[in-house]
Amino acid sequence: MKAKVLLSLILLCGVLAAPSARAEDAAPAAPTLPAACELPSYLLTSESQLHKVADTVKSGKPLEILVVGSRSTTIPSSESSSYPARMEAILKEKLPPSEAVHVSVEIQSKKTAEETAGSFVKLMEAKTPTLVIWQTGTVDAIRSIDPDEFRNAVTEGVAALQNAGADVVLMNLQYSPRTETMISAPPYLDNMRVVAQEHDIPLFDRFAMMRQWNDQGQFDLFSPSRGPELAKQVHDCIGRALAQFVIDAAHLGPAEQQN
Amino acid sequence: MTIADQVTGSIAGTASAKPADAKPVEAKPRAPAITLPAIGERELRLDLFRGLALWLIFIDHLPPNLLTWFTIRNYGFSDATEIFIFISGYTAAFVYGRAMLENSFVVATARILRRVWQIYVAHVFLFTIFLAEISYVATSFENPLYTEEMGIMDFLKQPDVTIVQALLLRFRPVNMDVLPLYIVLMLALPLILWSMKWRPDVTLALSALLYAATWEFDLYFSAYPNGFWAFNPLAWQLLFVFGAWCALGGARRMSRILASPVTMWISIAYLVAAFCVTLTWYVPQLSHFMPKRLEQWMYPIDKTDLDVLRFTHFLALAALTVRFLPREWPGLKSPWLRPLILCGQHSLEIFCLGVFLAFAGHFILAEVSGGPAMHALISLAGILIMWAVAWVISWYKRVADKSGAKTKNAVGNADLAGGG
Repeated sequence: MKAKVLLSLILLCGVLAAPSARAEDAAPAAPTLPAACELPSYLLTSESQLHKVADTVKSGKPLEILVVGSRSTTIPSSESSSYPARMEAILKEKLPPSEAVHVSVEIQSKKTAEETAGSFVKLMEAKTPTLVIWQTGTVDAIRSIDPDEFRNAVTEGVAALQNAGADVVLMNLQYSPRTETMISAPPYLDNMRVVAQEHDIPLFDRFAMMRQWNDQGQFDLFSPSRGPELAKQVHDCIGRALAQFVIDAAHLGPAEQQN
Repeated sequence: MTIADQVTGSIAGTASAKPADAKPVEAKPRAPAITLPAIGERELRLDLFRGLALWLIFIDHLPPNLLTWFTIRNYGFSDATEIFIFISGYTAAFVYGRAMLENSFVVATARILRRVWQIYVAHVFLFTIFLAEISYVATSFENPLYTEEMGIMDFLKQPDVTIVQALLLRFRPVNMDVLPLYIVLMLALPLILWSMKWRPDVTLALSALLYAATWEFDLYFSAYPNGFWAFNPLAWQLLFVFGAWCALGGARRMSRILASPVTMWISIAYLVAAFCVTLTWYVPQLSHFMPKRLEQWMYPIDKTDLDVLRFTHFLALAALTVRFLPREWPGLKSPWLRPLILCGQHSLEIFCLGVFLAFAGHFILAEVSGGPAMHALISLAGILIMWAVAWVISWYKRVADKSGAKTKNAVGNADLAGGG
């Protein structure tokens, strides 16, 4: 008898948990994104704040953003459609017209987090961005770097960027269903989340977003198409979401700006 | 029947192999330090939960879909791998421990090595299928969105090195980590059993010591081209040895602890707490309720080195299972659980089939974009195939056993030791 009670309890938990999680999926999307890029609002907000970005914009100084990433930050042969360029365009649209926004991109292809982090001190001397968006994890996952080492490298990199006086946003891996059986993403996703928590910096969950789009049918990420259209559309959505995310984390939304 | 009776001989795991209270046992071979359960009826709880673990592993290997919500990793820290390794340790000790007592160390070792060879061959077979899949993807998939991810195919440029490394178990694709772990654990089994025969408790203590040393000194098995084994055998051995310890009489000695209501309530409290924590992973809005301190102390919950939180979560699950699911539970004979039990009885074959089906499922999902319904359909079809194949294997064994009955001696059933 008791066994039955237990079993039904377990099943009940399953039944309860499933709808709660699904209901959550359908949470209202941020109204600023077009339908094709629709995302639940929790993916576009962060508890951690971008104080320096907020101060820069409020004092009317130009906003310098540096995107550091590996190859998934670009689209081969159409740079202007990649997400950093799209983000720049949207930020210019959303922020007050007087605000100058400039996004530069530093691609370090085939470099692990450790190798990239090693270049930060020099990089930050050359440029002095207010905000650095660091996209990492993919190369480490491909080479199955020890997740502990990966975490240490990300921690060091974040510390170097912060010491140089920049706000930091971490961006994780792409959701890539075709290579899911070959690349193990979860340890790297988890560790990036841990570093973000420890340093109280926003994590832009690109993986969850792309998975959301794939699951909801906005994009077919299994598609073997060789043309750049899909890549352009996905990058457009990522750029929009990223702009939205930065505005939210720096509390630059229209409501806040009125005060 | 009292609770203590129900639990007697139970293990913190999923089953009890003790000659059970109900059945008197004749001519039980006795060793000075360990007691072996009698060869009696098959312990169906072991088969049931191993079958369940196999299904869950299969579902977890597929892309997330509706059925994924029914796998236990969504409701706590541990997942099917823990169940699988524990039961494997339990059954392996059960079968080969008997061989060691009744025959000799050498004979038992020889039989264990034969089993290791079977598992190794199974692993190489799966690797071949993996190679075929990855080569196909490499030649047919050129989406510019994923140029970076395609870097994973680079190893195809030097197949000579890759294949040799795969044979050495150092190159292991995703989802093919369990068998190499199992091979290493089985290789260590003669030593474990020999030591158990001498002092079971000391063996368990040594195992725990090795586990602690692994954490303290960061010991690991390196992999090719770089990195480390996704399941560190030096840590996971704890679960395997613990299973063996339970099978060789430890479970019975723990029966009082397992029967105590204190254990029950601690287990329940822990499972509920773990459930609440996992809930915050899936419902991110709830993560505000998690104290930052706790998060920093707790994360990451490491699967590679079998985090203590995972291990204790498994113990709590097991303690409750043993308490509420007695060995004689009539439901174990019900036709509804038959598919699970059948799969659990042929675990090596069904495990390999599961990995293959997961590859195939990925492939179908990639070729036919079908949405959630298709996902669920593929999971269900996979489970039905696993069941059907298990049934065929059982049928074949029955037929083969009948014709070979005369020549067959009474050696323990290798199949039971499976685990593969």
